[in-house]
Amino acid sequence: MIWQLDLIILLMVVICGIAAISIRDLLGAAIMFGAYSFMMCLLWSIMGAVDVSFTEASVGAGVSTVFFVAAVFRTTRRTSD
Amino acid sequence: MRRLGLIAIIVFGGLLFSISFELPDLGDAQSPASTHVSPYYIEHTLEDTSVPNIVTAILADYRGYDTLFETAVIFSAGLACFFLLRVPERRGSAPKVRFYRHLATGLTLRIEKGGRLPEESKEFERIDSVWVPSDVIINMTCRLVVPFVQLFALYVIAHGHHSPGGGFQGGVIFGAAIILFAISNNLRSTTRRLSERSSALLGSGGVLIYLGTGLLCMLLGAGFLNYSGLSAFPGLDPVSARSYGILIVEIGVGIAVAAVMVWIYYNLASAGTQEEGL
Repeated sequence: MIWQLDLIILLMVVICGIAAISIRDLLGAAIMFGAYSFMMCLLWSIMGAVDVSFTEASVGAGVSTVFFVAAVFRTTRRTSD
Repeated sequence: MRRLGLIAIIVFGGLLFSISFELPDLGDAQSPASTHVSPYYIEHTLEDTSVPNIVTAILADYRGYDTLFETAVIFSAGLACFFLLRVPERRGSAPKVRFYRHLATGLTLRIEKGGRLPEESKEFERIDSVWVPSDVIINMTCRLVVPFVQLFALYVIAHGHHSPGGGFQGGVIFGAAIILFAISNNLRSTTRRLSERSSALLGSGGVLIYLGTGLLCMLLGAGFLNYSGLSAFPGLDPVSARSYGILIVEIGVGIAVAAVMVWIYYNLASAGTQEEGL
């Protein structure tokens, strides 16, 4: 529990979250979402919830990013929103 | 509409933020959860189930119903993807133009619908219409990595009693290994090894293993998902029966999750045609 490290990771979570919803390129948004998941996984393991962190790493940062990329590949890369 | 959404987010975000100060602190020993709920599991898990990892014991044994329906949710997610995306083959899902590569010369053949396709021979290889050149380095690296990832997934499932992990994580890692193979090669060479039909059957089979374990306990005279009923089998006392019950259930969850992940990927990457993929 080093609070400087904690703060940096928390800031990265916020930055990745904002970037994931504000970015126009959907592929970039998927990657930002993966980075967000990975930062959340680090936060979980700092808080001592190793099982949750493991799940977050495998599901959030791993498989769901692949699903997003596959969906972007089959639809469009640009968002109109 | 945009401004309305912003106002709603600010109001509810502010509410949540202000209420979060009322929550007990992280690791507070005086909070209700730490005084009433946790001590029982911390003190009794090892003697009840002989499982050192309390999280695994709670997930698969004490709160077995939750995990059972969680697995059912995963399976129905795969089912929903299947019903939403899958295109029946008779409705002309087969692409109009197919591309084949002659392996010896590297020439690409373009064959219109109705044209004669080369027989399944060693000389021709079907390639996707949105064609990415196959890269030897990526192919070989993924081929080398995939077995180790799968072995690690099996370790995570089998070692969930003692270390973080369990059926869910191990299953996801196993599915991710197959998806890695599909990305580095192509969808067809993956569906040849694990067909869509068998991934769907394995997914439902995993849920049925879980359900069957619960029903078997019920038939043996204990409650539904009370694994101590398995001690009717020779060589098992109630404590080790619960440990083995957790293992069987975790294996079921692992099979279901791995198969459903692959199934979702098949439908998502090929837009439901199962012909060409990422």
